[in-house]
Amino acid sequence: MSKAKFKNPVVKWIDHRLPIFSFMDHELNHYPTPKNLNYFWNFGSLAGIALVTMIITGIVLSMNYTAHVDYAFDSVERIMRDVNHGWLIRYIHMNGASFFFIVVYIHIFRGLYYGSYKAPRELLWILGVLILLLMMATAFMGYVLPWGQMSFWGATVITNLFSAIPLVGESIVTWLWGGFSVDNSTLNRFFSLHFVLPFVIVGVVILHLVALHRFGSNNPIGIDVKGTQDTLPFNPYYTIKDLFGLGVFLTIFAAAVFFFPNFMGHPDNYIEANPMVTPAHIVPEWYFLPFYAILRAIPDKLGGVLFMFGSIAVLFVIPWLDRSSVRSSQFRPIFKIFFWILLADCVLLGYLGAMPAEGIYVILSRIATAYYFFHFLILFPLLPYIEKTKPLPISISEPVLSGSSPASAFAFREKK
Amino acid sequence: MSKKPNKKNDESKRDFLLVSTYAMAGIGAASFVWPLIDQMNPAADTLALASTEIDLSSLEEGQAITVKWRGKPVFVRHRTPGEIKDAREASMDDMRDPEKDSDRVSNEKYIVLVGVCTHLGCVPLGQKSGDVKGQYGGWFCPCHGSHYDHSGRIRKGPAPTNLAVPSYEFLSDTLIKIG
Repeated sequence: MSKAKFKNPVVKWIDHRLPIFSFMDHELNHYPTPKNLNYFWNFGSLAGIALVTMIITGIVLSMNYTAHVDYAFDSVERIMRDVNHGWLIRYIHMNGASFFFIVVYIHIFRGLYYGSYKAPRELLWILGVLILLLMMATAFMGYVLPWGQMSFWGATVITNLFSAIPLVGESIVTWLWGGFSVDNSTLNRFFSLHFVLPFVIVGVVILHLVALHRFGSNNPIGIDVKGTQDTLPFNPYYTIKDLFGLGVFLTIFAAAVFFFPNFMGHPDNYIEANPMVTPAHIVPEWYFLPFYAILRAIPDKLGGVLFMFGSIAVLFVIPWLDRSSVRSSQFRPIFKIFFWILLADCVLLGYLGAMPAEGIYVILSRIATAYYFFHFLILFPLLPYIEKTKPLPISISEPVLSGSSPASAFAFREKK
Repeated sequence: MSKKPNKKNDESKRDFLLVSTYAMAGIGAASFVWPLIDQMNPAADTLALASTEIDLSSLEEGQAITVKWRGKPVFVRHRTPGEIKDAREASMDDMRDPEKDSDRVSNEKYIVLVGVCTHLGCVPLGQKSGDVKGQYGGWFCPCHGSHYDHSGRIRKGPAPTNLAVPSYEFLSDTLIKIG
């Protein structure tokens, strides 16, 4: 099944029976990768490394954590003060969650900019959105475990979202809690789910990779690979590029862990949970803020919840909403402008989610929410009818061989 | 200049870069892995509980008490003169782990032992008055039948060594600190 030749007789013997070495050689070594990938293509492997880091530090933290309302907060403080290197492991895990989201959000916007969700990569994209959803659920439940004030009230607010469902809402919330408020049963099930969901994510990531390797990576100019002249073997070209990116990532990550470990957290979570007192201003972790802003923008309980979940649900159908056959924004001048507007809109939503829900912030939240849905539901399907796309180069090799910009590649082609 | 020496130079430069990169990566990986391993060692609060003080003033001759130290039982017995005599005069020829009684006590009236059988970790009997004390009158491990004498030395049965003596000191005549 493979051309791979192994010299080591043990490897040969095993590979003949269990072709694991051929598989690795094929998918990690010779794997043909477009030769024009830029550094935005580093974020997939970075996300994988972030996931592994979270799982390793998480397993280690769970060895020292007690999932009980009377002990959870103290056990986390014990990790910080008494457990050997516990502060380091917890800060890696805590900041790791934030960095995981940073990496994944860049990865998603990369996909949006270069049209990586388009045929034949629709399922690859859908699996990615599924991973995002699972990550959100996992991160939310993980934030509950330290049992601080933000943990408790975050859990209360988010689980109460389900009470907006007509008729069965209240019963669903009681079922989620295992009681009549967020309490010990809630903490226990959240710990259990927070432990197991990352392994579900690993499973979906494997499917994501299988789907990726079916057609290979998309690339900055978004046209299909025409042959071996357009690709490079993954190893050593992209292993080394990924490793360099990893070095940069780890440097920034280490700076956060060692110098600003609580920058992305909230001080109220160092106060033990108190079911009698809600903090004056509760906000979710930063990576949920855009969605939180959408929730608060809608002046109706059920409506807010639907729009919030809708903002992620819409991502699932993007491959069919965008009717343009041109993938990369480089050849879509109008789409490109709107891409940056969307990015700015999401950042604005994030800012608004952190602000109190009053006055100008509410109005801005509504405008930003409206734009978010306009972008995907109206702009995506209609733009191809208006937009005149730039001519695509013949192949990946062409712009690479004739100069850096695709426009010059086109000129080159014309001259011929 | 010929090309050959240049190439050679280049190769050794590359080798140096490669080896130093691997070395740095190795050090980096090791310094990440070590905290993950070391977190399983006793934490600071566990180590802080590693010593225990015991007041012996109410311990009458012939009585014994068991206290918890580092999660394990520690036996303290106030020995009678007869028991002391037995322990001191026992012949060491047939002992598996010969040790003088005087080497195992700091005040011969009180014997302090870690109450964990050196065979497979059970807690021997012999602390309570009704307990089976074994053929040598000290302690007897019910799990696999090890007999210990008045000094906690193994005399019969599968245990390989004597009951361990923890490090302890007398803070006063009747107050000891273990650990």
